[in-house]
Amino acid sequence: MSKAFRFWGLFPAWALMVLTLIIPVFIVAAVSVSERGAYGGFDWGFDLTAYRQILFTLGWTDELEFDPKYLIIIGRTLAYATGVTLISLILSLPLAYWISLQSARMKLILVYLVTLPFWVSMIVRVYSWLIILGNDGLAERIYVFFGGADGQGFLFTWGAMLVGMVYSHIPLMILPVYAAVEKLDPALIEASHDLYGSRWTALRRVIIPLSAPGLIGGSILVFVPSLGAVLEPMLLGGGRQLMMGTLIQNQFGGSRDWPFGAAIAMVLLTIVVLVLIVNARRAARQMEASA
Amino acid sequence: MRKQRDIRSYPGLRTLSLVFFAWLYLPIGVVIFYSFNSNRLVSVWEGFSTKWYVSALQNDALMSSVRVSLIVALFSMIFATTIALLAALVITRAPGLKMRRVSETVVNLPLLLPEIVLAVAVLILFSQVGLNSGMFRLVLAHVAFCTPFAFMPIRARLQGMSLDVEEAARDLYAPPLTVFRRVTLPMIMPGVFAGAMTAFVISMDDFITSNMLNSGGGTTLPIYIFSLIRQGTTPELNAISTLLILVSLILATIVLILNARAMRRDG
Repeated sequence: MSKAFRFWGLFPAWALMVLTLIIPVFIVAAVSVSERGAYGGFDWGFDLTAYRQILFTLGWTDELEFDPKYLIIIGRTLAYATGVTLISLILSLPLAYWISLQSARMKLILVYLVTLPFWVSMIVRVYSWLIILGNDGLAERIYVFFGGADGQGFLFTWGAMLVGMVYSHIPLMILPVYAAVEKLDPALIEASHDLYGSRWTALRRVIIPLSAPGLIGGSILVFVPSLGAVLEPMLLGGGRQLMMGTLIQNQFGGSRDWPFGAAIAMVLLTIVVLVLIVNARRAARQMEASA
Repeated sequence: MRKQRDIRSYPGLRTLSLVFFAWLYLPIGVVIFYSFNSNRLVSVWEGFSTKWYVSALQNDALMSSVRVSLIVALFSMIFATTIALLAALVITRAPGLKMRRVSETVVNLPLLLPEIVLAVAVLILFSQVGLNSGMFRLVLAHVAFCTPFAFMPIRARLQGMSLDVEEAARDLYAPPLTVFRRVTLPMIMPGVFAGAMTAFVISMDDFITSNMLNSGGGTTLPIYIFSLIRQGTTPELNAISTLLILVSLILATIVLILNARAMRRDG
C-alpha cells in the first residue's frame, strides 16, 4: 500500500470528524462561557453566568440564591438512565442466556428477531407506546380487565417513560450480553453442579462473573444514550419532567439561551466522558490481570 | 417418556423469554392493527378499512418530507460509505500503521457521545459559518454519525476475508487499483452493501439532529411525524407508521442477511 494512499485514505474520515465533531465540541465549550445575546444566540466573551445559573438564581436584590432545580434535573436524568440500564440488564441476561441454549439455527433466528424492532424508526417506536399507554389504550384495557379502575391511561408518568426508554435501548444490551454468555463453556456450569452447587450458585458464581465484560459493555451502551434521551421524555413523559436532553433542546428552541444550553451540554458530555474513562481504566486493569 | 431437562437451563426461562418477545413485537403489531381501523378515534375499533393509506399517500406535506428524507439519506449513504470504505482499507491493510487505534476511535467517535451534544455542536457551527441551506446542513451532519455504522460491517468483512487471492493477484503483477477493483471490492461487497444500507436507515430514522437543524426546506419524515404526534394520534399517523415499519423491516432483513454472510469467512 503506497504512502500516498495511507494518507489520503484516512484523510476524509479525519477531516469529517474534526470538522463536524471535534472542533464543534470545542465551540460548544466556548459558547458555554460566552454571554447570552440580546436577541437569542450569544456574544463571544468570557462569562461564567451559564454555569452559575445551574446552581444559583438571582434573588430580588440581585443576590445569589442556591436553587437546586437544575441539579434536580441532572439527578433525575442520572436516576432514569440508571433505572433503564438496570431493568435492561435484568431482562437481558435470562433472555440472552436462553437464546444461547438453543440450536445454532434457532440462535440465528432469535438474534435476528431481537435486532429487528431496533431498525424501526425511533419516532415510530415511541409513538407505538403512546397508543398502547394512552387513554383507552391496550394497557388500560388490560388493567381494567384485571379489575383496575378506568382512568386516563398511563401516559406522562415515570412508568411510561421507563417502558419507552427500555424498549428503545434494550437491543444494545442484549447483543453484547448474548455475545458473552454464548462463549460460556458449558463444562464449567456442569462442574459447578457436580460440586453440588445449586442453579442459583451456578448463576452467581459462574455465569455472571464469566459474562461480566458483556454485562458491563451493554450497560454502557444503554446508559450513555439514555442520558441524552429526548423523544421519550417529550412524548411519553409529556415534557412536564425535564431531563438533560430536553433541557438542552429547549435552550436552542423556544427560550433560546444558547450559553446555558451549551453549559448543560458540557455537563452531559463530562458525565459521559467520565463513564468512558472509568470503563477504559477497568478494562485495562482486567487486561493486565489476565495477562 | 419425559424429556431430560438441560442442566444448564432454569425454570421459567422459556416463559420469560416468550413474554419478552411478545413485549418486543406488541407495539409494532398494535400500530399495524389500528392502521386498518376505519374509526377516526385511534383506539376504538370500528371496522376494516384502508382509507387512511389513501389519505396518507395523498398528503402533500408528508410526501415532501419523505422526499427530503430520501435525498438526505441517499447522499449521506454515498458519502458515509465512501469515507468508511477508504478508512477501513487503510486501517485493515496498511502494515505497521501508527495511527491505527486513534483513527479507529476517531471514526467511531459519534457512537461514543450522546447525539444531543453533537446536534448542539453542529447547530452552533453552522450558525457561525452561516450555513443556512436546509438539506446541505442535514447531509453534512448525517454523514458524520452514519460513517461509523457504514465502517463496522466493511471492516469486519475486510478482516474476515482471506488475503490469498489478493496476494495471488499481486504476484501476477496486477497494479494496486486492479487488485482492488477485481479482487478486494467484489469480495467485500456484502459488507459494503450492509454498511451502505445501515447508513441509509440511520439517516432516515434520525430525529435529534434533524430536529435541532430543522429549518425551511429541511423537514424530514421523522420531524413531520413528530409534528403530527404533537397534534394528537390519528389513524393516518398509524398508516404512515405502518408503511415506514414495512420499509425498515425489509431493509433490516437484507442487511442482517448480508451481515451474516460478511461475517462468514470467505463466504
